[in-house]
Amino acid sequence: MNWTAIWVTFKLASLTSGVLLVVGLPIAYWLTFSKWRWKFIVESVVALPLVLPPTVLGFYILVAIGPHSPVGRFYSDLVGHPLPFTFEGLLLASILYSLPFAVQPFAAAFEQVDRRLIEASWTLGVSKVATFFKLIVPLSMAGLVTGAVLSFAHTLGEFGVVLMVGGNIEGETRTVSIDIYDEVQALNYAGAAKTALLLLAVSYGVLLLVYAMNRKVWAVWPQK
Amino acid sequence: MAAEVTIDMTKTFSGRAPIQAHLRYEIKASTVLILFGPSGSGKTTILRSVAGLEWPEEGRIQFLSRTWLDTKSGIRVSPQDRQIGYMPQDYALFPTYSVAGNIAYGLGALASEDRNKRVAEVVELFQLQGLEAAKPRELSGGQQQRVALARAVAPRPQLLLLDEPLSALDAPTRLQLRGELRSLLKQLALPSIIVTHDWSEALTLGDVMAVMGRGLVHQVGKPHEVFSRPANAEVARIVGVETVVQGEVIEQADGLSTVTVNGTKLKGLSSNAIGAPVYVCIRAEDVVVEPSGSGMTSARNHLLGRVTDIAPQGVMVQVTIDCGFLLTATITRGAVEDLCLVSGSSVIAAIKAGAVHLVPRSG
Repeated sequence: MNWTAIWVTFKLASLTSGVLLVVGLPIAYWLTFSKWRWKFIVESVVALPLVLPPTVLGFYILVAIGPHSPVGRFYSDLVGHPLPFTFEGLLLASILYSLPFAVQPFAAAFEQVDRRLIEASWTLGVSKVATFFKLIVPLSMAGLVTGAVLSFAHTLGEFGVVLMVGGNIEGETRTVSIDIYDEVQALNYAGAAKTALLLLAVSYGVLLLVYAMNRKVWAVWPQK
Repeated sequence: MAAEVTIDMTKTFSGRAPIQAHLRYEIKASTVLILFGPSGSGKTTILRSVAGLEWPEEGRIQFLSRTWLDTKSGIRVSPQDRQIGYMPQDYALFPTYSVAGNIAYGLGALASEDRNKRVAEVVELFQLQGLEAAKPRELSGGQQQRVALARAVAPRPQLLLLDEPLSALDAPTRLQLRGELRSLLKQLALPSIIVTHDWSEALTLGDVMAVMGRGLVHQVGKPHEVFSRPANAEVARIVGVETVVQGEVIEQADGLSTVTVNGTKLKGLSSNAIGAPVYVCIRAEDVVVEPSGSGMTSARNHLLGRVTDIAPQGVMVQVTIDCGFLLTATITRGAVEDLCLVSGSSVIAAIKAGAVHLVPRSG
């Protein structure tokens, strides 16, 4: 097994989940509680990676961070090397690609929080930000874990975006899914099978965690 | 400047009549304003606007010298900065916090020793000892109500806002807590605004009462005065109790209390102690008018009186009878003709004891 690829993949997935937890929470909060009439525009943008082919998304990200774009030029001036085909570039792409997998469960969980509880907190003199951390986050814990875990699992399995933005650089951007593809190309089915099984086991384990978290009653039959 | 509350606002929800309130009343230490009306009359919206949870598109809300809302000069004070205690209808206790956690929730500004001290104080005041660690879902309805009130009171608010504080409880608990709430409000010496649609709550708890219907404030005054002297037919219809007079319990036997009202004795159902001052409340449709000198009926109260006024109201007629106090009866036109009722006629008003409601009042 290619342990370097496995290490890169888990590092990428963990960082993506971590960043999305920080970036996704305010976006989800805004999507849930904003009364702006055009908010569906932002909602659609957030959901776009769900339907867009990874190659298309990867292509636009590549162009956006490439040396011909202002963002890409700014980054290479700052850091000294361009963003595409680096781990950082891949991380950025993964964050955008997994955004809906984090934001949507977060927003769904916030939606479930009774507004009257939030209002009661405000009347007790607790600010909106403090209410978020003292009340909304504990009540949405299952949704937050779901979002973090789903974005982690989704990043583990990404392929198209990695190829477009990250390329296939050993130790830097070669992830497990690309390693499997390479093994199959080289007709090394045994190697591919081992890595594929690992990915399957991890993905299944992660989903087990999500469904267990969201299960409210541990009973054979719904009982009150 | 007098200690006053001014609520002057217009709030529109699409598809409904706009809610308009123009009311101003003076407050002393523990003045309780009752917002009274049927559901959908806009009373909760007014309470929420005072809390800062609803933003009227136009108006001014002023509490003592502080302006909380003035759409003309763009003042909008957030609910956090109003120093209010607010208790919504279903209490909205925080499910992830214990009883003590709920009470301590609004005390974040205090140092932890002071906070613990205040929580202990409030727990004792609301008789919640032993329940500090319990989660809200483990509590009975009455306990939840007390915790919600304790949480609202703990940060020492300037004004207490209660939305239907007793309506989520079953009838016996409601009756018990009604009395407790009244003595508590007096003890806290805290002005409050209470929303209710229950006239006995309005009479027991209120010092000032605003009657609302279809988004408008129809009448503001002392509760018993509003009940006995409604400003117009709309108010009379909303309050639904035509006779409210002051009386005193003089005797109790077999679950029945005897009260005197201006020398007239009446029997009613209640558990008030002897000597307790009460409001005697009788709905006009519960009064049967009989010719004087008729025989016994099952009704416990037979009051000899004289008709002072006969006022037709649609198919019914409202008859006012002076039997030591003024009693209103609603009867049909046919009954008026059969009994040959005219102003001055001598009649007997019969009322079942169960229809004589005795509501405690402060002496």
